[in-house]
Amino acid sequence: MAEPLFTSEEQKKFDAGIAEIISHYPPDRKSAGMLPALRLLQEIKGWLPPEGLRLVAKHLEVTPERAMEVASFYVMYHLKKPGKYVIDVCTNLSCSLWGAEKMLAYLEEKLGLKAGEANEKFTLRETECLASCGTAPCLQINEDHHESLTQAKLDAILARLS
Amino acid sequence: MASTAKTIEPIISAAWGKPQSWTLDSYRKRGGYEALKKALQLEPAAIIDEVKKSNLRGRGGAGFPTGLKWSFVPKDSPKPKYLAVNGDESEPGTFKDRYILEDDPHMMLEGIAIAAYALGVHTCYVYLRGEFKFPAERTQAAIDEAYKAGIFGKTVLGKDFELNCYLVRGAGAYICGEETALLESLEGKKGWPRLKPPFPAVVGLFGCPTVVNNVETLASVPAVFQQGADAYAKLGTDKSGGTRLVCLSGTVNRPGVYEVSMFTTLAELIYDDKYGRGMPAGRKVKAVIPGGSSAPVLGADELDVAMEFEALKVKQTMAGSGGVIVMDDATCMVRSLWRVARFYAEESCGQCTPCREGTPWQTRLLRKIEEGRGEPGDIDMLSNVASSIAPYPPIGLGNTICALGDAAALPTHSFLMRFRDEFEAHIREHRCPFGDKPWGSFGDWS
Repeated sequence: MAEPLFTSEEQKKFDAGIAEIISHYPPDRKSAGMLPALRLLQEIKGWLPPEGLRLVAKHLEVTPERAMEVASFYVMYHLKKPGKYVIDVCTNLSCSLWGAEKMLAYLEEKLGLKAGEANEKFTLRETECLASCGTAPCLQINEDHHESLTQAKLDAILARLS
Repeated sequence: MASTAKTIEPIISAAWGKPQSWTLDSYRKRGGYEALKKALQLEPAAIIDEVKKSNLRGRGGAGFPTGLKWSFVPKDSPKPKYLAVNGDESEPGTFKDRYILEDDPHMMLEGIAIAAYALGVHTCYVYLRGEFKFPAERTQAAIDEAYKAGIFGKTVLGKDFELNCYLVRGAGAYICGEETALLESLEGKKGWPRLKPPFPAVVGLFGCPTVVNNVETLASVPAVFQQGADAYAKLGTDKSGGTRLVCLSGTVNRPGVYEVSMFTTLAELIYDDKYGRGMPAGRKVKAVIPGGSSAPVLGADELDVAMEFEALKVKQTMAGSGGVIVMDDATCMVRSLWRVARFYAEESCGQCTPCREGTPWQTRLLRKIEEGRGEPGDIDMLSNVASSIAPYPPIGLGNTICALGDAAALPTHSFLMRFRDEFEAHIREHRCPFGDKPWGSFGDWS
């Protein structure tokens, strides 16, 4: 038999989370909870495994295809297991005017990854504007925001990641 | 230059940076939720009239009069009505709503409560872009406080009116800032914009009448009732009341979010000591995008213009979301436009052919020109591709369902109109004249 998707702890968190999400919408509109439900699944598993997508679809009373359609439309959902740390570097106009392309090149060299690549520890991605243009350049690590970055500041942040 | 720009009393940004400014306690000490008390004593229709009189206009990009938008919601509909707050803030160059959500979320929540009571809305969804983790934490904490204090819940400050408010995080898609795409996303779908009409005020969330308002717009509502609609209107121009937030970024000495009057000019924002404090030593402005990356670019000789909807319209550009991006004379215009074009290609939702096919085509042509492989005819081709997405000057919407098409084409049209010689130089010299330093005075990183 295949390994279960959740540990009993995770199962509890998922069940409570789904119930809370569904309570925010009209009873005949459970499927509106798709984005929060996928976020919940990703918070628990670190990505969206196919059996998780099927489970979310079942709870929201839609087809698994519908869950997949949403999961593949939005860039923050991981359809493959990412590295332990997902680094999203903004290189949009305001950030590039403050050196973002050079910062990305520095990260690529330091991590030995090109933007778009991943290993077990890191996923490195180029991303679009993070609404932090006045404190450029900026990036996010697992959704934690870091801004006004210099090389020294970035090195210190990376050194804290075990 | 020294500070000569007209000083204004900040409204929205008054508490930013002060200790605990995001808490209910701090907000109440500053007179928070007094405007809601005043509004609750009025008839709902009178509240909408006040907002109309205040000349408050939407701060999300289109600048639509807020009171008028509220008045489009049918009064006699048997369906429930909804309020959706647009906190998707993803337009490059725009970062003001982040500050409201982080530093003073109760100001927006008070605006929500006033709007909901005026509109007969019992459920509000606050939609924040997925990347806003910290802003979402602050906002959720404020919502929790508001429930505990009896501002949300079964009654609103003791008034027999149920109001529930839920925070929803997106998951990374610029298109969800478009109001009908936002509604699709709130319904748990991919963010594909809807054809309009019908407009959301009539057929919105779950097929019900829905008002979609930007974070800053709702945060501006309490001041209308604190100061009175006439006083609020008088702060601005005949057609645009109050103050507004502008976001200054790019090659300028002091980027940041500044609350300005509707009369403050782009030149004042860039040079005044209160705001941007000018350009790096020895450098001049080459180009300024005045309202987020979708707004047509202006040249250095066009900055004596107020950052207000009507004034910027005269210059054939727009005030948009208040994102002002400055590029100095060491910045390559081809490289800049290429990066902007890539953004729209990445964010096109794929629903309409002109946008889905046109945005990557623009990007490929710009890359070719920037990398020195451009040929005669490429500039005309680029202009043609942009015109196929949305012609210039704009005649209503372009050839697409939503305004993303226009947003992708307008930068191309305007960069070519003002900086065509730079594009030609790239083709003539078979290289970028800026070599490996296309990003201006601050483009190096260390």
